[in-house]
Amino acid sequence: MDIQTTGLTRRFGKVTALHSVDLAIPGGMYGLLGANGAGKTTLMRILAGVLPPSGGQVRVGGHDLTTSAGRLAVQRRLGYLPQDLGLYPDLSPREFLDYVGLLKGLDDTRARHRQVDELLELVALTEVAGRRMKGFSGGMRRRVGIAQALLGDPALIVVDEPTAGLDPEERVRFRTLLAGLAGHRTVLLSTHIVEDVAQTCQHAAVMAGGRVVYTGMVTDLVRVGEGATWEVTSSGPAPTVGVVVSAISRTDGTHYRVVSSSRPSPDAVPVPPSLEDGYVALMQRASARAHTVPGGLRLPS
Amino acid sequence: MWASWQAEAIKMVRRPGTWLLLTVAVVLSLVFTYLAPYAAYADGSGGVLSDRALDALLPDRLVGNSIGGLPVFIGAIALILAVLTVGAEYAWGTWKTLLTQGPSRLAVYLGKLLVLAAATLVLVLTLFAVGALASLLIAVAESQPVHWPAVGDLALGIGSGWLISMVWAGFGVLLAVLLRGVALPIGLGLVWLLAVQNLLAAVAAPILDWVAELQKGLPGPNAGALAAAFGAGSDTPGVAAVVGGGQAAVVLAGYLLGFVLLAGAYLHRRDIL
Ligand SMILES: Nc1ncnc2c1ncn2[C@@H]1O[C@H](COP(=O)(O)OP(=O)(O)O)[C@@H](O)[C@H]1O
Ligand SMILES: [Mg+2]
Repeated sequence: MDIQTTGLTRRFGKVTALHSVDLAIPGGMYGLLGANGAGKTTLMRILAGVLPPSGGQVRVGGHDLTTSAGRLAVQRRLGYLPQDLGLYPDLSPREFLDYVGLLKGLDDTRARHRQVDELLELVALTEVAGRRMKGFSGGMRRRVGIAQALLGDPALIVVDEPTAGLDPEERVRFRTLLAGLAGHRTVLLSTHIVEDVAQTCQHAAVMAGGRVVYTGMVTDLVRVGEGATWEVTSSGPAPTVGVVVSAISRTDGTHYRVVSSSRPSPDAVPVPPSLEDGYVALMQRASARAHTVPGGLRLPS
Repeated sequence: MWASWQAEAIKMVRRPGTWLLLTVAVVLSLVFTYLAPYAAYADGSGGVLSDRALDALLPDRLVGNSIGGLPVFIGAIALILAVLTVGAEYAWGTWKTLLTQGPSRLAVYLGKLLVLAAATLVLVLTLFAVGALASLLIAVAESQPVHWPAVGDLALGIGSGWLISMVWAGFGVLLAVLLRGVALPIGLGLVWLLAVQNLLAAVAAPILDWVAELQKGLPGPNAGALAAAFGAGSDTPGVAAVVGGGQAAVVLAGYLLGFVLLAGAYLHRRDIL
């Protein structure tokens, strides 16, 4: 299922969470990268058909999401893993998936049970399938969450910050699981962690302050950092120009990695950018243009 | 809708609290309606008074005995059950989980109401069944004749008990939706059911005429009046024939409708996702 938005806008009272967003999302795995508050969740809720837009056009698989009939039709065809999916502590994963299957209208009991068992296997929860979910780890909860999104074999899967709060091992595992789903489906993954997109997506969009500031190949995003990524070695204070993305203390002083459109200090050495550098450079340009500072940016080292 | 109801039933059946509440209701009802009065009777030395006490425990008094607890104590249980059914979705953050699966809010809400209706019916039927067994055992033990109530009375009594418990369940649903959680709605609901109602009836109504008048329009006294119409003992808390049984039933149905519509409208309007 392909996704098309034109001039998509959503306001909450005085806050404009989405400013005229234009996106064309092809099949496969697609990343949506942005700091907290960038508008990712709002966009995903609209795409999942649970929130009507305030303005603009949005079509998912040909259904017009500005109409309630279109939203309902899309809800029936997609799997959605919201940020912070609440789970019922008294149900086991098997019961929970059966429950969600019922709500999704999978009426054939035997087929539903078979699908639930297959999904439990897929997300490696078969061993705890009968245990109450009370006390499940973050990673287990997220895997239950992706399994419920996959019920009914949807052609489009929307996952909102699924790796937030997972430990590194769980995150890698979850990413691999998601990438494996993208074969014949569209998987839209939102995250504020650059590494998630780097490891799984070929295409991505970057959002900042409710606007889309980049769309294209992930490899091209690296290039945004070209000529803007520097290393500064200093035993004095940190550079004040640009954004310091890492600081490593060595015997000869502290090695700062700085993203800045201009040379941050006379002794700064240009270095090849990583995806993260490209992302930070992009954010700098976006904030220079829109006069909004993206807040809450998290950069894993 | 059918799917929503099935899904709600899964959650209700799997919640340990549901079974705990049912057990508490049965134990409360058994202890205060049968065991304690019977123990008192068995201790006593006979006489007219205790003969009347024994009469009150026999099978032909089943209807009144079974619904006598509903205006207050068992009603509180129905309220807690309803708050859990609706309020736990806020507490666990599961409204989002529930409402992103396809069914409309209306279908989900109706599913919840249906499952509460089923649960309160089970509750009332269980009270009748346990009461029937207890009264039968007492009758046999005391070699008394076993006369069961007429089928029509039984059916009306079960229906009335169901109505009363649904009114309190509806009250619980409304509180849960307004206060978006579990703890506060249960707390406030119980304060109303167990404390305020008693204070109004026992303290305020006897000294203030307008409170006595007001009582005739409140759900608790109407529930008590409906139970009284089926012969529930007037020594049971909350049971008093302040109005006729028919009028009480109509007022209660009005409250049930009001609670359910109000909660539904509020749930429909608020952004919960
Ligand atoms: N239901 C809401 N009511 C009011 N403001 C909201 C609501 N949802 C999101 N916002 C605001 O919209 C902006 C974007 O939020 P969100 O889409 O959650 O961003 P992200 O998921 O990228 O962190 C934020 O400023 C947020 O405060
Ligand atoms: Mg978000």
